[in-house]
Amino acid sequence: MINRIIILLAGLAVATPVFAQTADPASPPAAAQKQAQMIRAAVLRVDRPGLLPISRLDLPPQDLGFAGARLAIDDNATTGRFMGQEFEALEVAATPETAEGEMEKLLAQGIPFVVVLADDAMTLRLTDLAKDRAIVLNAGARGDDLRGKDCRFNVLHAAPSHAMLADGLAQFLMWKKWPRWFLVKGSHPEDENLAEAYRRAARKFGAEIVEERTFEDTGGARRTDSGHVQVQQQMPVFTQRAPDYDVMITADEAGIFAAYMPYQTWDARLVAGSAGLVPRSWHPAFEAWGGVQFQNRFEKLANRSMRDEDYQTWLALRMIGEAATRAQTADPDKLKEFMLSDRFEVAGFKGQKLTMRDWDHQLRQPILLATGALVASVSPQDQYLHQSSALDTLGIDRPETECKF
Amino acid sequence: MKATLTSCLCLALGLTATPALANRVFVSNEKGNDVTVLDSNTLEVIGTYPVGTRPRGITISPDGKELYVCASDDDLVRVFNPETMEEMHTLPSGPDPELFVLHPSGNPLYIANEDDNLVTVVDVKTHQVLAEIPVGVEPEGMGVSPDGKVVINTSETTNMAHFINSETFEIFANVLVDSRPRFAQFTADGSKLYVSAEIGGTVSVIDPATQEITKKITFEIPGVLPEAIQPVGVRTTQDGKRVFVALGPANRVAVIDGETDEVLEYLLVGQRVWQMAFTPDEKYLFTTNGNSNDVSIIDVATLKVVKSVPVGQQPWGVVVAPN
Repeated sequence: MINRIIILLAGLAVATPVFAQTADPASPPAAAQKQAQMIRAAVLRVDRPGLLPISRLDLPPQDLGFAGARLAIDDNATTGRFMGQEFEALEVAATPETAEGEMEKLLAQGIPFVVVLADDAMTLRLTDLAKDRAIVLNAGARGDDLRGKDCRFNVLHAAPSHAMLADGLAQFLMWKKWPRWFLVKGSHPEDENLAEAYRRAARKFGAEIVEERTFEDTGGARRTDSGHVQVQQQMPVFTQRAPDYDVMITADEAGIFAAYMPYQTWDARLVAGSAGLVPRSWHPAFEAWGGVQFQNRFEKLANRSMRDEDYQTWLALRMIGEAATRAQTADPDKLKEFMLSDRFEVAGFKGQKLTMRDWDHQLRQPILLATGALVASVSPQDQYLHQSSALDTLGIDRPETECKF
Repeated sequence: MKATLTSCLCLALGLTATPALANRVFVSNEKGNDVTVLDSNTLEVIGTYPVGTRPRGITISPDGKELYVCASDDDLVRVFNPETMEEMHTLPSGPDPELFVLHPSGNPLYIANEDDNLVTVVDVKTHQVLAEIPVGVEPEGMGVSPDGKVVINTSETTNMAHFINSETFEIFANVLVDSRPRFAQFTADGSKLYVSAEIGGTVSVIDPATQEITKKITFEIPGVLPEAIQPVGVRTTQDGKRVFVALGPANRVAVIDGETDEVLEYLLVGQRVWQMAFTPDEKYLFTTNGNSNDVSIIDVATLKVVKSVPVGQQPWGVVVAPN
């Protein structure tokens, strides 16, 4: 499936009669008079076949990620018409079997920027396929290895890492003085990676993991006619006889059990992590720092609320747009160089500028801590200080990185 | 706003002999859906009046007879009798009006439509939309030159100050500034334009004649995280000697030397300070503090914060009646 979304200057002028009137030779945008620069990108989403999410509310929309791309291209194009720049993003949905072939096709077309929405392993494979032919912007994968021992110079991470998400939650829990954690992880490899991020966060911020359990994924259907009955029986049994704890931390990247936990634990305790209070890059209820108008613009365009994947894809393409505006070039190498320089900053509706870590190419960003309906807090918490940027209290800092380019 | 200031100058000159003159101060409360009215002499609250949903930008006609409020979630501008606070009529504004600026003559009104990437121009007498001007993404800040010939719009995601001819409604220059420009303010003599950048943390000083940035003002406050320094509202004194910049969650107003554009000092005010307004005699500067639900009142001559007054929920904008 390939959809082209190209916003052309001509299209804009036709759609807005007042603007058309102003486009006489003497009047700006003067940039329109000269040959516009085209900045090309693609969004490659790899859909892994698997079980449906536990909750119907989490079913993935067809345009997941792509809707964020469309908003970013709109935003870039509006700015671009003052700068003589045009932007496009091809949209490609692939399966794990077709992903590499689709990537090859994009590379053959000479697309210099590919936003990838895939799991860790696939993101790494696609990055290595692109090598020096394209710059990959990771808008999906959150694994720390991708920013650590498996890091690559040709990838920029717009998605926050597990370590950033875990640290964001940990700071809040420590501020609440809830340092005793009961860690429950799933049985999939990515669950273990996420659990490791929580163990690391506990060490970093002084929390104690009083017990750790693994919730085995035994398969089975998600939908049953008896609904909640078994959950209400099984979850208390699974969580009983734990040492005294403040919060249950769920590490369930595969989405197998965490959503069942709130209100079903043996003890009357809060749940956080993959369910309950969830650290994430975006939330559709977020209103601060201009968020309202950003949500409005997205909802008008997509007829649904914004998901993390949409935000991260929007952010990845806005990084390209912002670099093109500031560096006033369409040259992919110069744009990448600019994005990695200390002159680069992008605004992402999170109350401060977002910049790039040069040691692992991770975009610094605040982490939202959201309940089902609201954002409860935003990390970093004020109490955690850092010598260069408070955002570097989240995730893997320069001295501890395993990344070597 | 410029209209208010210019007309106020004449008034202030004529009335300096009567220092006890009280003006009404109008504060829009974004979350309270109302306007708090204060007395600029006693610094007491006179009353609180409903004004529609999510009021943000607020301004008043040069003759002081019409108070304009951007009712953002109602998608229109509501016009009130400033004396009685009764609604007189509404103006079409385009969707999600946030901030606006009145031509120095009192007509028309130039409105930033945040959701639609437009500036809407409305005739306040005939209530007709005169033009819709496509600008950058998320237009917000609106300024007008003292001679009324140039209107400035800042777009928060495009990060530009757009220079608009106030009669032909054509954009004739675009100046790239730092991230998330929120506000544009000319000096009274029109020789300088200040544009604040909330995320960039700077104020660009622009020469309106050449549309070149001549200086970028940066801020540094001991004990305050650099990320918390987020310039929004800007006001300049009539003589151009002092510039005040509201620094958002830094909870301070920066005082700047209008000649050198160097920061002189920082005044501690309430939490998340965004917009400001002078009394016509420039004795006081009122600031809206959105997170502490109050206004701080700065004595302009001594540069002291003399009082804070609780107002409604999340105060956003402020304007002082010229008479």
